[in-house]
Amino acid sequence: MATRTLTYGKAICEAMREEMLRDESVFLMGEDVGIYGGAYHASEGLWEEFGDERVRDTPISELAIVGVANGAAMTGMRPIAEIMYIDFSTLASDQIINISAKNRFMFGGKTKVPIVIRTEGGTGRGIAGHHSQSLEALYVHIPGLYTVMPSTPYDAKGLLKSAIRNDNPVMFIEHKALYGTKGEVPEEDYVIPLGVGEVKREGTDVTIVAYSKMVLHALEAADELQGEGISCEVIDPRTLKPLDMELVARSVAKTNRAAVVSEACKTNGFGGELAASIGEECFDDLDAPVLRICGLDTPIPMSPVLESYAVPGTARIVADVKSHFFGR
Amino acid sequence: MAKKTAKRKAAKKKAAKKKPARKKSAAKKAAAGRKSAGSKSAKSKAALGSRDDLLHYLAQMCRIRFFEEKVFELLAQDLIKGASHVYAGEEAVAVGACAGINHDDYITSTHRGHGHCLAKGGQLRPMMAELCGKETGYCRGRGGSMHIADVAEFNLGATGIVGSNIPVATGAALAQKMQGTGRIVVCFFGDGASNNAAFPESLNVASVWKLPVVYLCENNLYGMSVSVERASATKDIADKAKGYNVPSEIVDGQMVLTVRDAVRAAAERARAGEGPQLIEAKTYRYYGHSRSDPRKYRTKEEEAYWRGRDPIKLFEQVLLENGIATQKELERIEEQCQAEVDDAADFAVNSPDPDPATLLEGIYA
Repeated sequence: MATRTLTYGKAICEAMREEMLRDESVFLMGEDVGIYGGAYHASEGLWEEFGDERVRDTPISELAIVGVANGAAMTGMRPIAEIMYIDFSTLASDQIINISAKNRFMFGGKTKVPIVIRTEGGTGRGIAGHHSQSLEALYVHIPGLYTVMPSTPYDAKGLLKSAIRNDNPVMFIEHKALYGTKGEVPEEDYVIPLGVGEVKREGTDVTIVAYSKMVLHALEAADELQGEGISCEVIDPRTLKPLDMELVARSVAKTNRAAVVSEACKTNGFGGELAASIGEECFDDLDAPVLRICGLDTPIPMSPVLESYAVPGTARIVADVKSHFFGR
Repeated sequence: MAKKTAKRKAAKKKAAKKKPARKKSAAKKAAAGRKSAGSKSAKSKAALGSRDDLLHYLAQMCRIRFFEEKVFELLAQDLIKGASHVYAGEEAVAVGACAGINHDDYITSTHRGHGHCLAKGGQLRPMMAELCGKETGYCRGRGGSMHIADVAEFNLGATGIVGSNIPVATGAALAQKMQGTGRIVVCFFGDGASNNAAFPESLNVASVWKLPVVYLCENNLYGMSVSVERASATKDIADKAKGYNVPSEIVDGQMVLTVRDAVRAAAERARAGEGPQLIEAKTYRYYGHSRSDPRKYRTKEEEAYWRGRDPIKLFEQVLLENGIATQKELERIEEQCQAEVDDAADFAVNSPDPDPATLLEGIYA
């Protein structure tokens, strides 16, 4: 299959463009998504091609961005509502949590809200407390909502297309430090089903479950650990809900050791959810407690030295895996 | 027709006898000097609407009133559990609004939404069943009183979060515009909701994008217990629309035809591409916010005043004065509606509960 090298951001842009060409009910709305092309350039060129009707620059009104998208989604459209920073999603959270996620259930299954809320989070640009958070735990917690966090251009494109075609509301959480990363993306159309994870690297000694940018660090860490004779299997769930727990369990059955890596604050984070599930379902396979390698319980500081210390990186993954499982 | 004309003439003759003789037509005789609400000359009587429509409005208002009274009964008997925010007193707003729009125009509703649902064509049986949490309810017992919806019948549903349907209505209007359906959306919301973030954000974007939505404020003078005076910077909610360039008007919410005509005109302006409109209907809820509300924040005098402006009684007066119906016919309509509500209650109470094994159905598509 022919591929070309694309950035994560360009892959996302392609996904939106292709879905908008394929289905005229798909449209994009959000702050600066039109003329500006998106704060992280993920919608560059779309406004020029599709115009004001289908690429809508909105006022700075997060609650209305999602709320309007909800109403449109219930009456025949398939909106992509962009929230520029997940830190701002709190402003929209009433609509996300109480309307997007619940209307189908509360109305006896007799409606659907096919909305994709595209947003991004994470550290790496030194923009501190209100522009760097990892808030996926808030949304994974809510029944009725799907949550997807792609780590590569290939995953981002395939998953976004699926999310747009899916009739459920989907929180599609990108990572600001991944937009410039590159990867191979097929020329041909393809989709990646939601709820299906991937073994990003095979191994035999430790299962490392990681998502979003942490996947890249986990893979780097696996390289280093290989040099020390520790073979890591890196699992990327890609979709946090619905979670591909089977894939994780199969891996843990093989390696007997599990670590989860999450950029988000440790307490009550998704890492805890993963760890609890692994503990419940894979207890007999485990030779050690599940290891959580997570962000420290702190708002994200601005100073780059502090920022990188606050979240896991390759070095911390290597050190923690060695000390927790192998006493090194 | 001859029978009606004779009856009408007789009624007017009788009324005219009590007044000094004047050289006017029979119709004008009837209209002259009367302190009634909305009686018109023969010419403008046609503007009231067809007899069928008018009697339908009355029946709808009666259904709502009796439904709400029945709900209170069932609450007291513990056959309805949970919330019930009762619409009694506000019937003319829901019925008038739905009378002013097309069947396939959308509405969004509020936590006090039984009236909206019924007026939009909701059926009594599945409504009562939903309040009772039964499988036969509109939402299979999952939504209850505060989340009744019938999206297929253009009712985008009620909500338990004050104000949260204002953006939803706005989005539905966007979808109509983008799809070129010609439909508009009526967004019911209360005086309290106008102070919520959802209100300015929605009016602003609706105004900028010229969306076909009629925001219909049911100002019943109180949020839960806090009056408009104590909660709102402006006494009239309509004034807030000015800040978003949204044309607005204030109407007497106790007069069903007034509401109908205002909503119809606003809907046509919205439909014609003029953008969002706002109507503030002054009204009053007879019961408390919910059943556990002793209403300490209202005076007996105020409540008595509004009871004296009962929308059903006011409209019956209009029907009588204009010879649309006789007292007997009105009573028959009321009896019929009461019987329908009683039947719905029977149906609901005897309906099956949902099966817990099906709980997880309908969360995801």
